[in-house]
Amino acid sequence: MLSARASALRPGLAWVLPRAVGPLVAGVVVAFLLQLVVVPILGPFYEKLMMDIGINCLLAVSLNLVNGFTGQFSIGHAGFMAVGGYVAGAVTYYGSFVLWGSAAVHGGFLGGGDLLFLLGCVVGGLFAAGAGYLVGLPSLRLRGDYLAIVTLGFGEILRVLLQQTGDVIFVPAQIEQASAFTLATSLGGALGFSGIPFYTTVFWVYVMLGLLLVVAYRLKESSEGRAFLSIRENEIAAEAMGIDTTKYKVRAFVLAAFFAGIAGALFAHETGTTLNPRELGFQKSFDIVIMVVLGGMGSISGALLAAGLLTILPELLREFSDWRLVVYAVTLIVMMRVRPQGLFGIREIWELGRPRRGAQEKRP
Amino acid sequence: MRSDARPLGYFTALLSTLTLALGPTLLGGCDKMRGGGGGGEPEKGKAPESASGASSAKPADPAGDTILIGEFGSLTGSEATFGQSTHNGIMLAIEEVNAAGGVRNKKIAVKTYDDQGKSQEAGTVVTRLITEDKVVAILGEVASSLSIAGGRVAQQYGVPMISPSSTNPQVTQIGDMIFRVCFIDPYQGFVVAKFARENLKLGNVAVLYDQAQAYSKGLKDDFIKSFKEMGGAVPSEQAYTGGDQDFSAQLTTIKGTNPDAIFLPGYYTDVGNVALQARKLGLTATLLGGDGWDSSKLTEIGGPAIEGAYYSNHYSHEEQRPEVQTFVKKYQAKYNQVPDGLAALGYDSARLLFEAMGKAPSLGGKELAAALAATKDFKGVTGVISIDADRNAKKPAVVLQIKGGKPAYAATIAPN
Repeated sequence: MLSARASALRPGLAWVLPRAVGPLVAGVVVAFLLQLVVVPILGPFYEKLMMDIGINCLLAVSLNLVNGFTGQFSIGHAGFMAVGGYVAGAVTYYGSFVLWGSAAVHGGFLGGGDLLFLLGCVVGGLFAAGAGYLVGLPSLRLRGDYLAIVTLGFGEILRVLLQQTGDVIFVPAQIEQASAFTLATSLGGALGFSGIPFYTTVFWVYVMLGLLLVVAYRLKESSEGRAFLSIRENEIAAEAMGIDTTKYKVRAFVLAAFFAGIAGALFAHETGTTLNPRELGFQKSFDIVIMVVLGGMGSISGALLAAGLLTILPELLREFSDWRLVVYAVTLIVMMRVRPQGLFGIREIWELGRPRRGAQEKRP
Repeated sequence: MRSDARPLGYFTALLSTLTLALGPTLLGGCDKMRGGGGGGEPEKGKAPESASGASSAKPADPAGDTILIGEFGSLTGSEATFGQSTHNGIMLAIEEVNAAGGVRNKKIAVKTYDDQGKSQEAGTVVTRLITEDKVVAILGEVASSLSIAGGRVAQQYGVPMISPSSTNPQVTQIGDMIFRVCFIDPYQGFVVAKFARENLKLGNVAVLYDQAQAYSKGLKDDFIKSFKEMGGAVPSEQAYTGGDQDFSAQLTTIKGTNPDAIFLPGYYTDVGNVALQARKLGLTATLLGGDGWDSSKLTEIGGPAIEGAYYSNHYSHEEQRPEVQTFVKKYQAKYNQVPDGLAALGYDSARLLFEAMGKAPSLGGKELAAALAATKDFKGVTGVISIDADRNAKKPAVVLQIKGGKPAYAATIAPN
């Protein structure tokens, strides 16, 4: 009786489907338009800037799942980015040699090369998620600053390990003879993993960003995401309400690591970047944390805006050469003085006009 | 730290100010920097003459009577003196060539961007130089990892690039657009090994290298290989990470093996600290190094500890060749300091480029690269330079010794 009534209330497929798939399709269309219309108008330099912004948005929004939604403090996000980047880079670089005999870009849009690149992105994301699980499981049982220390340590260990890897192999005959283990440890070492074909386009960056945004918003409004938020607000109260805090913290962490891995994969295949262990270390992690803090911990649109601003600002200031780092730093200080809770606090940009809700009133 | 009761008004004001301030700047910036043309078509490697629209951003360009070249370097960051010296050398060469009437009856102008010693920045600024500023050629970088990042972009767009001082072999392996005017690491490793074995008659040399720098690691490998081939022994091989402050653990281990000398293929900041701590521990072994030592900061940091140490370099300002002496005189007059090897290489790279520009049938990427590749017996400050089939420079190296806080000429080691 009751179930019959419930099923009668349940919305039909025609109602559900567009709402489920709609935002994803919209994301792909927007990405496609960006690539097809905006990129030719702006030219290659702004194309690269757009990709940089998109990748930083991916990193900031994904870190926001942990630092903003769940209230944990992770400062090893660049480590997961590095895992994704190196794995995806190895897949496409050595995969291209095995399949086509050279690391040159192969095929056009959605051609063989693009598919290999997508495979690399997914595999890179999965490896990063796996690393996130390994790091998160022991450390997320603890409270407070331990996670920060563990993630920091993870990033540093990874950096040192990557620096110990051998030179990139670029002779096809040697690659054919090399074992999978040799290939997996020939990632360029301290010089950086260069030679990865340039597959990343504005389209792919913004498709991935669209995917992440849908995931993040859906999460924020779902019971799963509410569990994240409750951990942030008060861990003890959340536990008292029957939420398995460790489980949810690990989930948030793994999800964030997955998207950081994808961001790393996109970064690895971007024109004019070299995967360099030195630059995927602590400094990069902190850059991402700054984006999240500046945008507002827990605000998706805030993270997007902050990532965009902090990518564009240094580029706009490039003309001032010596002064640009000073101006950059002063801008940050002023921002933090004027709005210590970040640009949007924990709200989204369209919620700014609404009065604060009770729960949010408690936030410092 | 709760904010005031009406954060909204505050915030709206802030946001609108931001939008107002940043929006037009950004858009205006785009329009201004982009210049007329539709961007796009990067593969054609166009000469600046064709890009008439690009003039609006650069007042120097309007009538097309200047040739714009690009430079990227670490003007800030941990190896900033490298970038500064190179930049000074390049500016001196440009001043000279313009005073002598320019190249192809046009003045040379240079656009310089700082990459902060980060490879991602290097890729971005090279993209900007090529696609926004429409430079015909690019000079840079010092650090090999940055040259590789920038070089891959230059290769993709078909714009020739000369690295003044990246010694890692991989740099010119990127492709036919990438050149260099310095020797490469295997050769430098050989030079130090030969000098230690034959001139200093050393048998045991310990090695302490920076495992975070490809330069240091590569040079270490090449030195050990050459030194062992010459009959020497390497009793201990220790590593540190650039920026470390305490080297006592590694140095104590090295002391236990009682070597004749310690080879330190790192950069000057770390080397200075290593030298200080080695002497404090009572290690008296001779210190040896490569061109990463080449900075006046080395003796500032190392002081008396670094006295008597030897390092291989691209040139010595004490050499009596006329090219060297006129260069040193001009440089001192302009910058009031003794030029280091990087300044000399920057100067040479720019002059080599101007010579090739003069000879090339046009300034298109392919023609210019062909002219660069054909360089033979170019009389540079850092020696007679010929570009070989791998686009590397074949030239001798010098060994310097620190005496009285200054590098003094010790020997010249020529390629076999």
